[in-house]
Amino acid sequence: MLDDVDRRLLRLYQSDPDLNLADLATQAGLSAAKATRRLDKLAQSGVIEGVEAVIDWAALGYVVEVSLRVALDKTQTRAFDNFIAAARAVPQVIEIQTFLGRVDVRLSVLARDMADYQQLYRDHILTLPHIADIEALMLVSRIKDETGVPL
Amino acid sequence: MDAMDRDILLALAGDGRLSAGALGRQFGLSQPAMWRRIKRLQDAGVLKGRRLRLNSAAVGFGVTVFLGIKLATKGRVSLEDFERAITAIPEVQSVDHVLGLYDYRLRVVARDLADFERVLRRRIMTLPGVGDIESNVLLSEERRMGPI
Repeated sequence: MLDDVDRRLLRLYQSDPDLNLADLATQAGLSAAKATRRLDKLAQSGVIEGVEAVIDWAALGYVVEVSLRVALDKTQTRAFDNFIAAARAVPQVIEIQTFLGRVDVRLSVLARDMADYQQLYRDHILTLPHIADIEALMLVSRIKDETGVPL
Repeated sequence: MDAMDRDILLALAGDGRLSAGALGRQFGLSQPAMWRRIKRLQDAGVLKGRRLRLNSAAVGFGVTVFLGIKLATKGRVSLEDFERAITAIPEVQSVDHVLGLYDYRLRVVARDLADFERVLRRRIMTLPGVGDIESNVLLSEERRMGPI
């Protein structure tokens, strides 16, 4: 279980992953050795999964992002497995999520422009197996984007 | 963007803490040459910082819900009011303005379903202008490398 010091450490690290260990330790009121020990423990227990670089897809020319909400044909026993395996093979798919609710699976897909999206949708999305229904939400703007949790 | 830039992006997307020295050794470049490449990717806006990946269940947030929200009343003022109010809720991780069946797509974390219900009823449903809301509870999630 996390204690208050762990939480403080994670809160600081989460708000600024560029902090070096010395600064992180100072701000958390810990010695560098103690901070290191705690961070190592949090990484070993799987609380910290890692630090990743954030890639701006628009800067790479992928300015269209669409969220595709898919209902699957559940009479097919392997609908989820087959659909997800096929979706993984489409490089423009950047997120695959499964849900309990009206939506079974959601894909986030990237395209360079609307013509590119149309081609992707027709040739690689609609051809995915066991789709019963599909709805698209096109991203206009990202108002808030924090993967952090309110620790 | 050449093949090595792509390799660098893939490596950093996996581990954002890799140093220019370590990346250089991996791809056969000197540390300064690798540093210049990374700097170029940062200057071009392709690399826009780092993000700590936490296991939200392990830190006590066992439930993630995606909400589709349709506004009942529209107009510039109501959009701004709604956006200001919704982004101020700490459990709301992301807010996307979208076109389609809904106006906004939200990602919300909560300790459990009861906690989610509290956030939904007391914080989100009480916001001015909120119309139809659809909730989908996240079961599994995987991020892909994308078209690098």
